Amino acid sequence: MLSFVGLGLWDERDITVKGLEEVRNCDVAYAEFYTSKMGVGIERIEELAGKKIHVLSREEVEDGERILHEAEKKHVCLLAGGDTMAATTHVDLRIRAVERGIPTRVVHGVSIVSAAAGLLGLQVYKFGKVVSIARPQPNFFPLSPYDAIRDNMTMGLHSLLLLDTTGGYMTANEALELLLEMEERKRENLIGEDTPIAVVARISSDDALARAGCLGELRKQDFGSTPHSVVLFGKLHFMEVRALVTLAHAQEKIFKK
Amino acid sequence: MGRKEENIKKAKELRYIPEKIRNIGVVAHIDHGKTTFSDNLLAGAGMISEELAGEQLVLDYDEQEQARGITINSAAASMVHQWDGSEYLINLIDTPGHVDFGGDVTRAMRAVDGAIVVVCASEGVMPQTETVLRQALRERVKPVLLINKVDRLINELQLDAQEMQQRFVKIITEVNRLIKKMAPEEHREDWLVKPENGSVAFGSALHNWAISVPYMKKTGITFKDIYEYCKNDDQRALAKKAPIHEVTLNMVIEHLPNPKESQKYRIPNIWRGELDSKIGKAMTECDPKGPLALMVTKIIIDPHAGEITFGRVFSGTLKEGQEVQVVGMTKPSRIQQVAVMVGDDRITVEDVPAGNIAAISGLRDAYAGATVTTEPDMESFESIRHISEPVVTVRVEAKRPADLPKLVKVLRDVNKADPSIQVSINQETGEYLMSGMGELHLEVTEYRIKNEYKVDIITSEPTVIYRETVKQKSPKFEGKSPNKHNYLYVEAEPLEESVKKALLEGELPQNVKKHKKEIAKKLEELGMSKEEAKGVFAIVGTNILTDVTKGIQHLFESKELLKQAFEEVCATGPKAAEPLQGVKIRLVDAKFHEDAIHRGPAQLIPAMRNAIYGALTLAKPILLEPMQKVFISVPHELMGSVTREMSQRRGTILDIKNEGDMSIINAKAPVAEMFGFASAIRSATGGRVLWSTENMGFEVLPEFLQDEITRKIRERKGLKPEPYPADYYAG
Repeated sequence: MLSFVGLGLWDERDITVKGLEEVRNCDVAYAEFYTSKMGVGIERIEELAGKKIHVLSREEVEDGERILHEAEKKHVCLLAGGDTMAATTHVDLRIRAVERGIPTRVVHGVSIVSAAAGLLGLQVYKFGKVVSIARPQPNFFPLSPYDAIRDNMTMGLHSLLLLDTTGGYMTANEALELLLEMEERKRENLIGEDTPIAVVARISSDDALARAGCLGELRKQDFGSTPHSVVLFGKLHFMEVRALVTLAHAQEKIFKK
Repeated sequence: MGRKEENIKKAKELRYIPEKIRNIGVVAHIDHGKTTFSDNLLAGAGMISEELAGEQLVLDYDEQEQARGITINSAAASMVHQWDGSEYLINLIDTPGHVDFGGDVTRAMRAVDGAIVVVCASEGVMPQTETVLRQALRERVKPVLLINKVDRLINELQLDAQEMQQRFVKIITEVNRLIKKMAPEEHREDWLVKPENGSVAFGSALHNWAISVPYMKKTGITFKDIYEYCKNDDQRALAKKAPIHEVTLNMVIEHLPNPKESQKYRIPNIWRGELDSKIGKAMTECDPKGPLALMVTKIIIDPHAGEITFGRVFSGTLKEGQEVQVVGMTKPSRIQQVAVMVGDDRITVEDVPAGNIAAISGLRDAYAGATVTTEPDMESFESIRHISEPVVTVRVEAKRPADLPKLVKVLRDVNKADPSIQVSINQETGEYLMSGMGELHLEVTEYRIKNEYKVDIITSEPTVIYRETVKQKSPKFEGKSPNKHNYLYVEAEPLEESVKKALLEGELPQNVKKHKKEIAKKLEELGMSKEEAKGVFAIVGTNILTDVTKGIQHLFESKELLKQAFEEVCATGPKAAEPLQGVKIRLVDAKFHEDAIHRGPAQLIPAMRNAIYGALTLAKPILLEPMQKVFISVPHELMGSVTREMSQRRGTILDIKNEGDMSIINAKAPVAEMFGFASAIRSATGGRVLWSTENMGFEVLPEFLQDEITRKIRERKGLKPEPYPADYYAG
């Protein structure tokens, strides 16, 4: 038996009751934090669950053999931040488990995809492709995020930007600089200093933050500790404008262009 | 003011008048008298004493070269010569005669516009004459001919005047045949050398005289006179009447182009940038006011002044204190001092304008072959390619472990000064490996490390560098990324012979990004399909990576990573982790994850590496071994010992010619079997042998040795003895 348990977004208390029971009742508990990170350490979750949780490396999860092998005989739980099935690796693992005749179960967690929209008061109907912003590496500066944002915008859809976690959390400020760099390379006049955007930080924590404003203004602000996410807007509904003004400190005039 | 001082003064003035400048090189087969000749030019020009010339060997820069009697470095010298009522500045670059040092020859050729080809009258045109002449012609360097050691025809071979002339005709015809064959098309006729117009001279470098038809007409000296002087052992008097520097420098000034003329046709051939750009125009016009463009031809370590960089200024003016960019380096460098060379003196000057050869100190980023400029985006001079890639490796260790950090630095400097020496670290064992063009090349370098850089080292027995290629076309192979979200599909096959040959000859630029269209066009002409030619996105050595997929999303931004994986595989093939040669990799399909983070370097590089390795493994990889041409000249009666020696070394005799009582044997043999040949052949012939070798590329290692050698190499490298099967790469 292989259970996938989503831990939600911030601390040990973001797991669902159902998820917690699953961890308490399983034989072996694994966790991985490379697809998504949490605001607190694994010890707090172990304490709550009353069980040792083994953190796996990226290679071990991608390879999957250790997990699958054990799940053939025991009840294995794999914990991951957010809602686990958002990660392709976990879907791959689940498919392979089912192919081997291992029963699986999914216990959902809160996902950034709905939470970010929710905190900003944006309507989930109006989001397009989710876009990851990768930290550039030698020979690797993907411009496909720019294309995806453009496609979303053309259709009047918002873009949720998830920020790279390899090599440390990327801040919203870093992501905004990268967007400007992409604009510099593509020159399609899509993103500039006066583009309205939103930043969310530490969602689900007690000091969660939501800010909307012009890119040029927000890129100079300090949003405190990570994780951060960024949203670029498509066509805004008047309810959404109201929400951004009231809930995310936006000045209404920036939307009037 | 002494004559030398006066010449220095004139040289300083002449450097501003390109019409009065000639940049020349001297090329020859080993022992044809090139260095003696070069020194006599300098002596004649008052740069060294006439008595010493022929003995002093100023241009044999390294003590070691003098000891070995061969020229290794190309040092530079300038001199002043009067012709037709006005004075000229001749910048002379001496080039090595040993083909092991071929990289130096090609670089020297890039710096000059004309070359004096020295051919020994008794030996005639030798294989290395052909090699160096080809190198010159490929760089659009115009030749003139000096037939040397003419006195030997008379005094040793006892030829009469008529036989002597027949000899000359034979040599001239042979040289012209080569020029016709190898010269750029537009110069096939007007670059032929002709005694009647003075582009051929005859003489004796050792005895300091030479003669040409125009000089005969002017002075009334005849061939008969020469014959008499030589016969009567009075060459000294002949040297007074027809000094070699006088005759040959006249020839140089009259027949070889000045930088202004030559850069017009040479720049489009030796530089691939935009000719209409500011720098392109400045170079074509040899404009001292344009932006600076200089190509580094040589770096030497001076015991007092440290690193000295030599180079040809193609445009602009090199100035003391100037800030310049070595193309490819991130930060600009500052020129400390500039100088022109006179013999072994560097004469510091405030500037060196376009058309000259300069010596620079304080240019730490430079390496031999580098482009130095003031234009930030300048296209570099094509990396000069030579067929002779490194074929032999030794392990290098510091005798005292405390010297290791010093050794690391020294090895880096050695590579800067001579890029044909490659240094690498064996990741498994942590050993330093030094690779070069041959046994002698490595011995010479070892000597330098010990005596010039003063680091005591121990080297291992040399080992041969093999190459890997494939025998047949592979089926499509699927490579997966570690996260299994990306699949790449690749096919491997042997590269078209015509394309491989063009790559070896350096006919294609390696920077695919910059020259995509030009490369595609050329590849199509060479017989590659249009689809493949258009898709080429990486060329590494003689290996090509091409994309024949259509409309795959996210491929564009992944290409650099795929290219990186391809480069890695080209350096270490699947069979024995030796470099690849003559392989075409086709990317036929790809499936990418939507999200950029899931297809970063950590995913795509291994995916592509596996795909290529898998495809290569299915394409029947085989080892190629480096081969050498071997030229041996022995008395007839010793022929048997020579052929025996060669057959023990898996050698093939290609051709045997008889000249007088000597047999000239032309053979080929694997480099691996040629270690220790020097002492073996010496003892087999009692020392009565003249021989030389030349690298001639790679041939398939015989079937019966494939497995054995593969295992040996793998074990030496600390790998599992057998290569992996394709499944291993399927992941």
